[in-house]
Amino acid sequence: MNAPARPRVRLATTSLAGCFGCHMSLLDIDERLFALLDRVEFDRTPLTDIKACGPCDIGLVEGGASNAENVEVLREFRRQCRILIALGACAVNGGLPAQRNHLDLEDCLTQVYLTGPGMQNGRIPDDPELPLVLDKVYPLHEIVRVDYFIPGCPPSADAIWAFLTQLLAGQEPVLGHGLIAYD
Amino acid sequence: MTRSLESACHPETLRRVAIDPVTRVEGHGKVTLLLDDDNQVHQARLHIVEFRGFEKFIQGRPYWEVPVMVQRLCGICPVSHHLAAAKAMDQVVGAHRLTPAAEKLRRLMHYGQILQSHALHFFHLSSPDLLFGFDSDVARRNIVGVAAAHPEVARQGVLLRKFGQEVIRVTAGKRVHGTSAVPGGVHKNLSLAERDGLLRDVYQMIAWGREAVALVRSLFEQNLPLYEDFGSFAAHGMGLVRADGALDLYHGGLRARHLDGSTLFDHLDTDRYREVIQEEVKSWSYMKFPFFRELGPEGGWYRVGPLARVTQCDSIPTPFAERERRDFLAFEGGAAARSTLGTHWARMIELLHAAEVIKALLQDDDLLSTDLLVQGARQRTGIGIIEAPRGTLIHHYEVNEDDVVEFCNLIVSTTHNNQAMNESIRVVARQHLDGREITEGLLNHIEVAIRAFDPCLSCATHALGRMPLVLELVDGSGGILDTRMTPGS
Ligand code: SF4
Repeated sequence: MNAPARPRVRLATTSLAGCFGCHMSLLDIDERLFALLDRVEFDRTPLTDIKACGPCDIGLVEGGASNAENVEVLREFRRQCRILIALGACAVNGGLPAQRNHLDLEDCLTQVYLTGPGMQNGRIPDDPELPLVLDKVYPLHEIVRVDYFIPGCPPSADAIWAFLTQLLAGQEPVLGHGLIAYD
Repeated sequence: MTRSLESACHPETLRRVAIDPVTRVEGHGKVTLLLDDDNQVHQARLHIVEFRGFEKFIQGRPYWEVPVMVQRLCGICPVSHHLAAAKAMDQVVGAHRLTPAAEKLRRLMHYGQILQSHALHFFHLSSPDLLFGFDSDVARRNIVGVAAAHPEVARQGVLLRKFGQEVIRVTAGKRVHGTSAVPGGVHKNLSLAERDGLLRDVYQMIAWGREAVALVRSLFEQNLPLYEDFGSFAAHGMGLVRADGALDLYHGGLRARHLDGSTLFDHLDTDRYREVIQEEVKSWSYMKFPFFRELGPEGGWYRVGPLARVTQCDSIPTPFAERERRDFLAFEGGAAARSTLGTHWARMIELLHAAEVIKALLQDDDLLSTDLLVQGARQRTGIGIIEAPRGTLIHHYEVNEDDVVEFCNLIVSTTHNNQAMNESIRVVARQHLDGREITEGLLNHIEVAIRAFDPCLSCATHALGRMPLVLELVDGSGGILDTRMTPGS
């Protein structure tokens, strides 16, 4: 293989309280993935076995923050990534998981783990290995500084591609009509 | 059995090793191991660390929103949730028999989903372990490494997934989180151009599906002793079959088999799932542990997904996949069909089957029909069951007179496999870790076993734990200004 002409850009991605649909949309660039791999190197992503984020140029974060572990990972990404991007509705405003924000959590637990149908010896999970749950699902910008927001549930592959290629070319990314969606 | 590794007697005296997060799977999970001074493993657990509360917040929503909302549980198999909810809501609007066009369009969407998800799982997530070795260089053990060392395998994986996603796009309207399935049918038929575009490519997909099966077979042949035993255990199995016992991933009756292959129940009407399945909660996971009511929690857990389906059905109703099923069952006297890694083989047989089903459906002119919706007498209860890529998926709703959802119960595929996955990592801990210095490569062995199940830990995440809630006031740079804890009740 020929050595890449330009130095590779380091890219990390993670999913917090998301559904992985935004990651799927990233993979929906299909064959363009191979072109992307000529330009970027993956750091921590669900596709690699790197468990902690190292210094990166770009961090893509899917999902809002719903528990203490999400907050930790988000702060790690903010510390390590020069440019941090909130990818998709959940990261931008909490998305569907934020529908729990108006509910009483105690009710939630009881219903799912104690009084739910077909339960034998219901109990509520409480092991210290389980991360603390936050009172609400928070959008990323309420916890860390975010450089760019890409709306959509999920943003289309074309939108993600256009955004990344402009960013990699050193331009200020602009998503015009047809690439911005609020579904 | 390795049941004893669930809970150590004196955890406080042991050393904790964690795999956090489990990678190359969908969703959030971690594994903890407790070891003594001689590196003997005393406890091994797969924890599901995330919650959603979906069953609760769906209550109070109008029923027609549900098929679109539920997809956001999982972006890898959104179509499965979309269709399981639509099937449940079909019952609510009294649509007991869909139009032929609607049923076939939904099937097409679903088999597109099976194809894309199986391709993603095998090529993008699991193949690096199988092609490079379980303890190979961590920097290379990913799809980028596969693209460099086996470019043709990576390319086929990417294009198989793309084809499945395109089938979803033309049937659901969008690749991720489409909207076509509605209570009583679908919104969208296929245009001639859409159909012909897919038909042009489907033969190539079938050919690559056959190559993918051959690839897994050759991996078994090269590594037989390792592959046969790796993380393997005996378990009951469950899956849908159609009336003649053949594999059907969209609709059918529930079949379950004992460890010895004898029948536990068969062709069970899916409305009766609660008569056979119960769930248990353990303090250390948000994911519940289902079991067969008749056998109890200790011995009644079971496996779902490709391995259970392919070994339990009487036949696969497409020619290439049926031949592969027979070869798979016969391989080394059934060694692959009993093994955890045999799940990958079964998964590629299903991928091939999905491509064949898609071809047959595309040749059916019903897909172009505009007769798409039916309705009947309104009903309160809707139960939709479908075979998602990872196994049986159950959606159950009660809808009141005001068209509002009052109750929701979901048992997702990965939840059915909860105990089976825990069992598998305990077998691997015994087989490969006990008494050895823990290395990254050894820990990856645990993850290889988990990946065989293709867990979708994201949709397996139900609701909140009974734990203190932490409130943090944070400034713009991430510094904590104030922290408040509310006590757990
Ligand atoms: S924005 Fe949509 S696709 Fe992305 S993680 Fe949230 S629910 Fe999933």
